[in-house]
Amino acid sequence: MEIPIETFTLDNGLRVVLSEDHTAPLVAVNLWYHVGSANERPGRTGFAHLFEHMLFQGSESVGANEHFELIQRAGGTLNGSTWLDRTNYFETVPSNQLELALWLEANRMGYLLPAMTQQKLDTQRDVVQNERRWSMDNQPYGTWWEKLPALCFPMDHPFHHSLIGSMADLDAASLEDIAHFFTTYYTPDNAVLSIAGDFDPAAARAMVERQFGPIPRGGNKPPLPDMQLPTTFGEPLREVVPDDVMLPRLFLAFRSPVFGSASYYAASVAGAILGLRKGSRLHRALVRERQVAAEAQAFTYDLTKGSDLLVVDVTGRPETSSDTLESAVNAEIDRLLQEGVTQSEVERAVALIETDLVVALQSAGDRADRLSMFTTYFNDPQLVNVQSDRYRAVTAEQVNAFVRERLVPENRASLLYVPRDSDVAPASSDLAMAETP
Amino acid sequence: MSPATSTNSRTPTNPPTPRPTPAEPRSYHFPRFEQRRLANGLRLVVAPVTKLPLVTAVALVEAGATQEPEGKEGVATLTAQMLLEGAAGLDGAALADRFERIGASVEAYADWDVAAVTLSAMNTRLPEALALVRDLLRAPTFPEREVARLRDERLAELLQQLAEPRGLADEQFSHAVYEPRARYSMPNDGEAHTVRTITGDDVRAFYAARYQPSAVTLVFAGDVTTDQVMALAEPLFGDWKGEPTSDRRAAADAAQPGRLLRVVAKGDAPQSEVRVGHVGLPRRTPDYFSVVVMNAVLGGLFSSRINLNLRETHGYTYGAFSAFDWRRGAGPFVVNTAVKSDVTGDAVREILGEIERIQREEIGEDELTLATSYLDGVFPIRYETTGAIAGALASLIIHGLPEDYYDRYRERVRSVTTADVLRAAREHLHPDRLRVVVVGDPAVVTAPLSEVTGMSPDMVAAADVEADA
Repeated sequence: MEIPIETFTLDNGLRVVLSEDHTAPLVAVNLWYHVGSANERPGRTGFAHLFEHMLFQGSESVGANEHFELIQRAGGTLNGSTWLDRTNYFETVPSNQLELALWLEANRMGYLLPAMTQQKLDTQRDVVQNERRWSMDNQPYGTWWEKLPALCFPMDHPFHHSLIGSMADLDAASLEDIAHFFTTYYTPDNAVLSIAGDFDPAAARAMVERQFGPIPRGGNKPPLPDMQLPTTFGEPLREVVPDDVMLPRLFLAFRSPVFGSASYYAASVAGAILGLRKGSRLHRALVRERQVAAEAQAFTYDLTKGSDLLVVDVTGRPETSSDTLESAVNAEIDRLLQEGVTQSEVERAVALIETDLVVALQSAGDRADRLSMFTTYFNDPQLVNVQSDRYRAVTAEQVNAFVRERLVPENRASLLYVPRDSDVAPASSDLAMAETP
Repeated sequence: MSPATSTNSRTPTNPPTPRPTPAEPRSYHFPRFEQRRLANGLRLVVAPVTKLPLVTAVALVEAGATQEPEGKEGVATLTAQMLLEGAAGLDGAALADRFERIGASVEAYADWDVAAVTLSAMNTRLPEALALVRDLLRAPTFPEREVARLRDERLAELLQQLAEPRGLADEQFSHAVYEPRARYSMPNDGEAHTVRTITGDDVRAFYAARYQPSAVTLVFAGDVTTDQVMALAEPLFGDWKGEPTSDRRAAADAAQPGRLLRVVAKGDAPQSEVRVGHVGLPRRTPDYFSVVVMNAVLGGLFSSRINLNLRETHGYTYGAFSAFDWRRGAGPFVVNTAVKSDVTGDAVREILGEIERIQREEIGEDELTLATSYLDGVFPIRYETTGAIAGALASLIIHGLPEDYYDRYRERVRSVTTADVLRAAREHLHPDRLRVVVVGDPAVVTAPLSEVTGMSPDMVAAADVEADA
């Protein structure tokens, strides 16, 4: 199964990916800017995400919140999201409204600043601070989003600091910061535009040229610092977090090969063997057999620079102490390290991943997002069509090579949440600094 | 003052292009589907969709939470989950392994109205996967050890919910809205005091009473034909015999009378979880479309009144929404938000004000068309996946909607008027019955909430909730 892909690049450097599919009269527009929290300067944590909010506050021809209203009035859905190394904006609209979505994206890429005001910034700062309270501060375990990267990346690494940002840094953000960030990063040559669904390629190309063509390229994007990291942490890292929770929960992270690298796929399969669905090792051993855990799963961050993280996430049962939980999870990792995986386990994992890859291509929005992702990271949208092959080529030997190299004790970072009144001594949260080279 | 004046080469030399006008819309129809019935009463609904080689299958069983015997709330969910824990000589681990080896995903759960087993698989794997679904629907073994484990997992989840402000607010809101004996007053998966009493025998009895062929509908959406489905289903399900027995209980949706303000104490909470609402309407209400459009204007969309007011005008919250929860019985109408603690009273005042305003005067024509053109236009986008199409067909079956329901949906949305919206708001929103539930810091929120609502609060300590659980 292969999705059709066409690409072209505008003179201003905007890379464009088209993928036709006429099964329904709808079309997805997806724009990735190659900027995320990693690009923030000191004292401005959370700025990339706050900036994402400001992109919905209008531009020269669009009023505050009118972007939302115009798309919804057109019968479309939309949103944006910010990640460590990218920010994306997307709409799915009835196919006759394609140019409206392109116009809105182009208007804010070209003409954002005339619409920026102090009052809008102040309101969105309040909104984002409430987002922080809602998703992290008033949510059991919610702080893992910032504590895990802080534990796993050295202090001065671009992935170390909080994506949502500290309240103080959010307070400090100014209109000058907006202008600077916009001028530096929100340029056509730092973006990828993908269009998937029901459109005529020649007409779509003309629309893209009309709407985005006049926007001048940037070119002053400062390079990120060297992000290379050793393959392991060098020693076990551990942080205990007393929280308003009833059940202990362990996030156990391993440095792993970056997304897209040859060994990434073996790491991803190892993760699936450990924690994808009920047939996975952790679910079978800890949830079903020993009954020390209520839930168990594993995932990768899919970072493309420095180091990826493979994370095992296990929540204990009420009667399970945090010590028992931690040692039970580590015992399963040790067992994997000693015994290795079998061909049969690899087959189960790959079969599930393959179906998931197809399921993920069902909606035009998801398809466009993947095309933008592969183009932003690797300048190659065709990679979307070879993911199944990459997974199918993974052997038990490759998975075991990954396991032997990366699941070792000196490559384990434990972030352990414990009920606040339990008596596990909290370790220093500065442990992450210990391994800074 | 705009900082744009200080910037330079980033501003294009040309003025922005004018806003484009839309092209002619292309026509769309909801996927065609066929309905069949086996001799034993089992129904089949098949929607062939050939975009990708995938199939979603959903087995709907008349075995939802509202069909549970009183005192055993939670048995519907537990029974559905137990289907995956052993069947036809395979234990739960072996069953999971069989599905996963062919890349198939299977889930089993119960909601208010029905129990469901959902399967998604590559179409070449459908015969194998459906044979497994047959085993777990027709020959589950309900091992005691797994009943105990799943029951304990649900109890752990309930315990965890006490520390989870959102879940706690939802649970407390249901308690505040419905009579204690009404099924909707409790979570759909049951409460600690009911779940704790459920035994393997309860699960077996519920299964025997409810999981019978005439109470089952199999829905398929994806790359498969009706003939293929019939050829698979007849040998797997055709010889299934039996009739369901029913055990009537008190109305699921009986309301508590009057207004209420309840504060659930969570000391030092940085944010308040707010729920404001009352008993809503059953899904089959003749006013469905007027109510859906009315709610879209009030709080159903990002660009709705409540969200723009609380989020974009005041910056009180990350988001504020209203919803009617559509069930066979009258599910709740609820406004849902989380706001910074020190503006809790102000936020509730704005919510009450928006409810009052939409009842007082007709909405503007532009507000109406925003809601109707959104609901009309987004319709095809809702049904891009086999899972979404199967879900829509399941909804048709569960609520007994006419076969042409999805074909007529868009014209019915477009026919709603501003007068219909006003009438729906006046008939179906009830300020005199509003139940306000806030999980937050009582020291900060109690006095402002009393002032804004004119009610003295009913205080609940987290410890009481726990004792209750």
